Amino acid sequence: MISLSLDNLTKGYRNKELASKLAKLIEKEASNASYRFMHVCGTHEDTITKHGLRALLPNSIDVVAGPGCPVCVTHPRRIELALKLLEGRKNVILTTFGDMYRVPSSYGRSFSHAKARGFNVKVVYSISDAIRIARSISNKEVVHFAVGFETTAPSTASSLLQNPPKNFSIISAHLAVPPALDYLLASGEVAVQGLILPGHVSAIIGWRAYEFLVDRYKIPQVVAGFEPLDVLVALKMLLRQVKEGDIKVENEYYRVAKPDGNLKAKKLMDEVFALEDAKWRGLGNIPKSGLRLKPEFEQFDATMKFDIKAPEIDRDTEPGCRCGDVIKGLVKPEECQLFGRTCTPYDPRGSCMVSVEGTCAIAYKYRRSRL
Amino acid sequence: MCLGVPGKLVKITGVKGIVSFGGAKMEVDLSLVEKPRVGEYVIVHAGFAIERIDRANARETIRLLREVF
Ligand code: SF4
Repeated sequence: MISLSLDNLTKGYRNKELASKLAKLIEKEASNASYRFMHVCGTHEDTITKHGLRALLPNSIDVVAGPGCPVCVTHPRRIELALKLLEGRKNVILTTFGDMYRVPSSYGRSFSHAKARGFNVKVVYSISDAIRIARSISNKEVVHFAVGFETTAPSTASSLLQNPPKNFSIISAHLAVPPALDYLLASGEVAVQGLILPGHVSAIIGWRAYEFLVDRYKIPQVVAGFEPLDVLVALKMLLRQVKEGDIKVENEYYRVAKPDGNLKAKKLMDEVFALEDAKWRGLGNIPKSGLRLKPEFEQFDATMKFDIKAPEIDRDTEPGCRCGDVIKGLVKPEECQLFGRTCTPYDPRGSCMVSVEGTCAIAYKYRRSRL
Repeated sequence: MCLGVPGKLVKITGVKGIVSFGGAKMEVDLSLVEKPRVGEYVIVHAGFAIERIDRANARETIRLLREVF
């Protein structure tokens, strides 16, 4: 008898016995052909690697990581822009999420390096903390590096609508997921038979936001939660779609993600942001994928406030770093010559080795458990 | 980065609330959730409750799981 209480949510979805039963069922169903699926969420990669799901799955199923880690795909020009702003003005405090703090630009420069050189950088857990700093140090300018997909963008929008102090502004590096999937599938570079969609991005935008991809590419998709059983159930659902030719967007993460998402959060996001073409690290320029502040919110746009432009740069990654191909799921981290040698989480060469959700960082962290 | 942690909403004060994660309590912003109620479960990401966890829909997932076996 399976009993999953809400109080017991995480434990219930980590049930080992159920996981191996599911894996056996998947093996049986995938015995006649091979399948390659892609997820697009760093948290999914962590679940899959931490719980050893790849070892549990049959060889006929390959699950690759796509562009699911926002700080990994943040374009180095944005990082260089923030550094230029910080280093040119003595009264600026730059606030950043911990994930972003050590991400190097394509010239090996990061916020942590700036801090070491005496510039004022503070790591915050939430944009609310950044605003609190601005309130308490009113003679300084606080610039928040606002990074993240649709999961995070509503919190930025809501904060700007809650009357932040005048000495607070942001650099928006927010990005939208569906245009990137569209771009990736259109490129034909990634040959996958289905997508595991990110649960928390989908909690905001809703799973209907991906239906256009079914029309365009006939690609099976399942929104999934972040426990091992969530991922296994999603794989089983994808397999069924592929085998029966019944292609659609399905939702495994029923307990959180709704068809149209979080309407209130979407409304706040629409109020504050407009879509513009944006460069993604390793992927290129993706039409209508960047969230920029609408003119009404210009006073919070650090680039307007300080009249500063992103510097031109001539490369996306440091020489030798294969993050671009890792992000597209074309190569595994271990296939990069620098992996574990000159590139480690302690001294990262590329963005994928920094964040706890970066594919290279996850591969490095769990490398022993897979030997 | 999109990590969201489930917790129980135990107190609401205006747009802020206190969420308990198995006993560890934290202040979160509730402005993204429509009409939050004390006792509900929410997903918290970067200091904001981004969505409620729906009891009926949680049962639906369980139903899906049972269907498999
Ligand atoms: S191992 Fe390091 S250098 Fe190689 S692709 Fe990953 S982040 Fe880039």
